[in-house]
Amino acid sequence: MEEDVKLMKGNEALAHAAVRYGADGYFGYPITPQSEVLETLEELMPWETTGMTVLQAESEVAAINMVYGGASCGRAVMTSSSSPGVSLKMEGISYIAAGELPALIVNVMRGGPGLGTIQPSQADYFQATKGGGHGDYHLIVLAPNSVQEMADFVGLGFDLAFKYRTPAMILADGVVGQMMEKVVLPPVRPRRTQAEIIEQCPWAVTGKRGRGHRNVSTTLELQSNEMEKNNIRLRQTYDLIEANETRSEEFMTEDAEYLIVAFGCTSRICRKAIEDARAQGIKVGLLRPITLWPFPKEAVCRLSKQVKGILVAELNNGQMIEDVRLSLSVGSSVPVCHFGRTGGIVPNPQEVIDSLLSNFPQSK
Amino acid sequence: MTREDIIKDENKVYSRPRLLLDATMHYCPGCSHGVVHKLVAEVLEELGMEDTAIGVAPVGCAVFAYNYIDIDWIEAAHGRAPAVATAVSRLQPDNVVFTYQGDGDLAAIGTAETIHACTRGENIMIIFINNGIYGMTGGQMAPTTLEGMKTSTTPYGRRADINGFPVKISDIAAMLDGTCYVTRQAVHTPAAVRSARKAIRQALINTREKRGTSFVEIVSTCSSGWKLSPVKANKWMEENMFAKYPLGDIKNTEVKK
Repeated sequence: MEEDVKLMKGNEALAHAAVRYGADGYFGYPITPQSEVLETLEELMPWETTGMTVLQAESEVAAINMVYGGASCGRAVMTSSSSPGVSLKMEGISYIAAGELPALIVNVMRGGPGLGTIQPSQADYFQATKGGGHGDYHLIVLAPNSVQEMADFVGLGFDLAFKYRTPAMILADGVVGQMMEKVVLPPVRPRRTQAEIIEQCPWAVTGKRGRGHRNVSTTLELQSNEMEKNNIRLRQTYDLIEANETRSEEFMTEDAEYLIVAFGCTSRICRKAIEDARAQGIKVGLLRPITLWPFPKEAVCRLSKQVKGILVAELNNGQMIEDVRLSLSVGSSVPVCHFGRTGGIVPNPQEVIDSLLSNFPQSK
Repeated sequence: MTREDIIKDENKVYSRPRLLLDATMHYCPGCSHGVVHKLVAEVLEELGMEDTAIGVAPVGCAVFAYNYIDIDWIEAAHGRAPAVATAVSRLQPDNVVFTYQGDGDLAAIGTAETIHACTRGENIMIIFINNGIYGMTGGQMAPTTLEGMKTSTTPYGRRADINGFPVKISDIAAMLDGTCYVTRQAVHTPAAVRSARKAIRQALINTREKRGTSFVEIVSTCSSGWKLSPVKANKWMEENMFAKYPLGDIKNTEVKK
């Protein structure tokens, strides 16, 4: 059967994928550069077809708390926003993590801090991977670098969120959200029925419906010894996720003498830079973290033993570079340098090559 | 006649509602929460909503409401209960969804969620406990604290020039097209309790029948926060709170969506 190839924006592909996955609800608030997600969903009117709820909330704060409510019911619910809006959601995300609830949150990053710019950025790396909200928790963070992955990571994000009962985030950037590419949309799946939800999520708040005991979705525990048990249980979940769900991709690393580490749209630019550099005889390869948390520490560590230098390229002043450095073996002497553009500027491949050459002059 | 002769089913005139759990409540003596919890439990049972009701608890004194009423609950972040209830009600229209919130939760930090849930006419019941004070955190000024009223953050009394005026949020809710029923009740006398019970019953029926948002304010006492005995608190409420927050139905209409 011929594949059904479409041309669309990353934000649009993500919206289509949510309906096709069988998501139960989307709650969002307009913000550039991701408003196409809500707009596409409203245009698709999935409540007429799959029965999916789509609601424009009064704020990002309300939207994430709607997600908290829907997730408490065992429903596949999601929200999307961009950097300033995601900051507003952070309290709610902490509650969803604490409540051990599955949910999907999308951040199509723009430049900050503050109101910043509506142009692309990767400056929310720390916020997404180190917690962001209050308390001791992690998100599963997926970093798409194509319109295809904007579509595919909806299903992956929901599946992981339900498997581990923890919120997952798609950390995209303004480039991936706005650019148009060919995409094969994922297959259509039916939404889960109430009976399936009750069977698969016995914790879900559905009304007692003869259950005999009440289900309560809460994040409050005033007894310290009980609260510590909750914290330990979360830690165990995160250990499992780190062991099983770390994802990364390599490009031309087999014989690489230099390594570039980049995610999202920057990884696409770096691929082109690597092809151009190779044409000039520079043996350089790419490691692209697909999960930013859990971070592909082992891949970085393995490749660091093979190369003479590592360049971390990202659209910020140096965030992922900290995780790259932490991934090295104790005593490793491989130099790790940073290349970053900020303010919403997207570099061209030659700038990456120039940075590589200036940081590692011997690579030429 | 011995005690045992009297304690027989045929002599029973009153008992705890089945859905009100036999748990020791953390509420202070004289607090209105206990009575309102009992009414909610009683009416849910009477309307056969044990299996379909979902309550959304606030942050505030009623944070542990889920420990007292035997139905499914979600404990929301501070002020966000109407947003949480919105999603639950829309995703699971077979359920009867209600929030139970205090004045700080509903009329300060959660004002936006309150107004917009009412604006959209979400099919939910909002129970609003208005005692003019933050009880849980130790008696600070609430948005509904009366002018001149002393709290731990207005130790010389609330001043309009510094702290602004108390908000009559139910009157605002009544102005919004999405509310079908807005009423202000109290539970300080047997007659008031009967009236509040009737209001909660009406609100839950509205919610089941998807008539829009029902908003039930209960003007309440907080003996600990007000630093008055339960009896004196009731009297103070009658003389002061009711002057600002008069009891009775504010709106009872049909929402046309």
